[in-house]
Amino acid sequence: MRFILKTRYEQDLRLFRDGTVAGWYAVLALALLAAPFVLPEYYTTQLVFIFIWGIVGFGLMLLAGFTGQISLGHAAFLAIGAYAEAILQARGWPFFASAPIAIALSACAGVVIGLPALRLTGIYLAIATLAFGFIVEEVLARWESVTAGNSGMMVPPLRLFLEPLGSQTAFYFVCLVAIAGTALLVRNLLRSPTGRAFIAIRDSEISAQSMGVNLARYKTMSFGISAGITGLAGALYAHQIRFISPEQFTIFLSIEFLMMIVIGGMGSLHGAVLGAVFIVMLPELIAVAKDWLPQVIAEQTGLKGTIFGLCVILFVLFEPMGLYGRWVKVRTWFSLFPLYKAGLFKRQKSYQKSERLR
Amino acid sequence: MEGALLQVEQLSKSFGGLRAVDEVSFSVREGEVYTIIGPNGAGKTTIFNLVSLLFAPTAGRIIFRGEDLTRLAPDRVAGRGIGRTFQNIELFEHATVLQNLLIGRHARAQTSLLAELLFLPSVRRREVEHRRKVEEVIEFLDLQRYRDSMVGGLAYGVRKVVELARALCAEPTLLLLDEPSSGLNVEETDDMAFWIEDIRKELGMTVLMVEHDMSLVSRVSDRVLAVNQGRVLAEGTPAQVQSHPDVIAAYLGGATP
Repeated sequence: MRFILKTRYEQDLRLFRDGTVAGWYAVLALALLAAPFVLPEYYTTQLVFIFIWGIVGFGLMLLAGFTGQISLGHAAFLAIGAYAEAILQARGWPFFASAPIAIALSACAGVVIGLPALRLTGIYLAIATLAFGFIVEEVLARWESVTAGNSGMMVPPLRLFLEPLGSQTAFYFVCLVAIAGTALLVRNLLRSPTGRAFIAIRDSEISAQSMGVNLARYKTMSFGISAGITGLAGALYAHQIRFISPEQFTIFLSIEFLMMIVIGGMGSLHGAVLGAVFIVMLPELIAVAKDWLPQVIAEQTGLKGTIFGLCVILFVLFEPMGLYGRWVKVRTWFSLFPLYKAGLFKRQKSYQKSERLR
Repeated sequence: MEGALLQVEQLSKSFGGLRAVDEVSFSVREGEVYTIIGPNGAGKTTIFNLVSLLFAPTAGRIIFRGEDLTRLAPDRVAGRGIGRTFQNIELFEHATVLQNLLIGRHARAQTSLLAELLFLPSVRRREVEHRRKVEEVIEFLDLQRYRDSMVGGLAYGVRKVVELARALCAEPTLLLLDEPSSGLNVEETDDMAFWIEDIRKELGMTVLMVEHDMSLVSRVSDRVLAVNQGRVLAEGTPAQVQSHPDVIAAYLGGATP
C-alpha cells in the first residue's frame, strides 16, 4: 500500500492523486491516440460510441450521482443536441458554431425542466422528466417543417470549419477531445465550491441550505450543465449515426442511460465511463455468447433486455457501488495482500437512522 | 436591548392549531453562551429553526446585528454570520470529513461558474485558502485522523464533532448548537464542554444552544432561558433558573398556574 505524504494544500487539488496515477492516465491517453491506427475500423467505431455514451454518462452522473436529482428524460436532451446539430450543419454551419448552439439549446431545456425539480423529489421528479421526454419526442415527430417528422433526417458528415472531415479516424479524434474536455470540466467543477454544493444537496438539503447553498440556483444549474453536456453528446451522436429520427430518443434510451451510471457506479466519474464501456460492449458479448448458448435461448428475442435487467438487479443487490466500486475493492485487495478483511468496505450503521425515517 | 447581537422579539410560530412558540422574546449579547432549556416538546428546536430561518415565523421579528432577518431566505443566513448544528446530525453522509468541512465554507465561496469549470488560478488560490481555514478547524477539534474518512462510516460521537467543525468552518459570529451533548457519553460530553468554552474564548464566537444536560448547561452558560409549551418561564443565570419555582414545576410536574 502506498501512502502519500502531503506537505502542501495544493496536493489536495491535484487532478491525479500522484505521479503513478498520472502515469497510468498517460498510458491510457497514448493507447487511445494510437487506437484508430492499430485497431480495425469496427472497433474504432465502438470506441466512438463509448466516448459519446461516456459524455452522456458524465452529464447524467453530475445530475443523478452528484446532485441526487433523477432524470428519465435525458434521451430528450440528447435529441435536442442531435437535431440542433443536424439542422445547423445541413445549413452549412461549421461545428465550432453549431455545437455550442446545440449545447446551449439543450442546457436551456435543462434549466426549464429543472424548474419543477425545485418542488419535486424522487418518483415525482422522475415522472416530470419522463413527461418532458415524451413532449420532446412528440415535438420532433410533429414539427415536420424543421425536423422532417417521423421520416427522420440524414446528417451530413461533420464539418469542423468549412471542409467535411475526411475519415472516421478524424471524427474519432473529435470525439476523443470532446470526452477528455468534458471530463476535465466536470472534474474541475467537482473540486470547486459548486461541485461541493451539488454533493451537499444530494446528501441533505436542509443542511445544505444552512451552509448557504441556494437550492433553487444549484439544482437548476445542475440540470442545465447536465443537459448541456448531454447536448454535446447528441451533436456527436448525430454525426456518428448519420440518420436521426424521433424513435431513437425514447424513454428506453433514457432508462439505458440510468442503467449505465448505476452499473458503472453512482457518484464516481470513473463509473460513468465504465458504465459506457459496459453498455457498448454488452451487445458484443451477447453476440459472442450466442454461439455457446443452447439454440433455444440464443434465438429468443429480448435476450439483450433480459441480460441488461439481470445485470442491474445483480449490481444493485451485490455491488451498489457498481463497476467502479468493484475495481476499488480489487485494487485494495492487491495493495493490502495478504491483509484484506472481508468487512473492509462495510458501512457502519448509524443507530439514529430509524429515528429519521428516511 | 442595547449591545445585543441577536434580538428576538415576540416570536410566534403555529403549526395548524398548535402554538409551538408563543411570543418568545430574548436577546443574546456578544460573546456570551446563552442556553435555552425546557422539557420535551417545549418548542426549543422550533425557536432554533426560526432563528436559522428554516421556518418562517407566524409573528415577531429576528434582529441580528441591527438587521431584520425575519424575511430573509434560509440560505442567506450563513452569509450573515450564523452557523448551526442539528439535533439529529445532518451531515453529508457520502462525502469525506474534509469535503463536509469545505462545504461548511460555502457561504464564503465567491467564484464564478466559468472560472470553476476552467479551474483558473483565482479558484485555486481560494481553494487553498479554504483548505487552510478548514485545517485550522481540524486542528482545533482534533479531527486529524478522520480527515479523509467517509462520514457514513464514522461513530456517532465523531460525527457530532464533525458537525460542530462544519459549522465553525464558516467562521460564524453566532453559533447555534442544537443539543450538542445528545447521544454522547460522559467523556465526550466533557470534551464538548471544553470546546464550547474554547469556541467562546479563543474564537470569540457567541453561542446560542439548546441543551438537556444540566451539568453541561451550568458549566458553560452565562445565561439560561427556560421555556415550556412555547412560552418563556424564566431567564437568568443557570443557578437562578434552576431554582425558579415555575421551572421546577415544569420539569417535575405539580401545581402550575
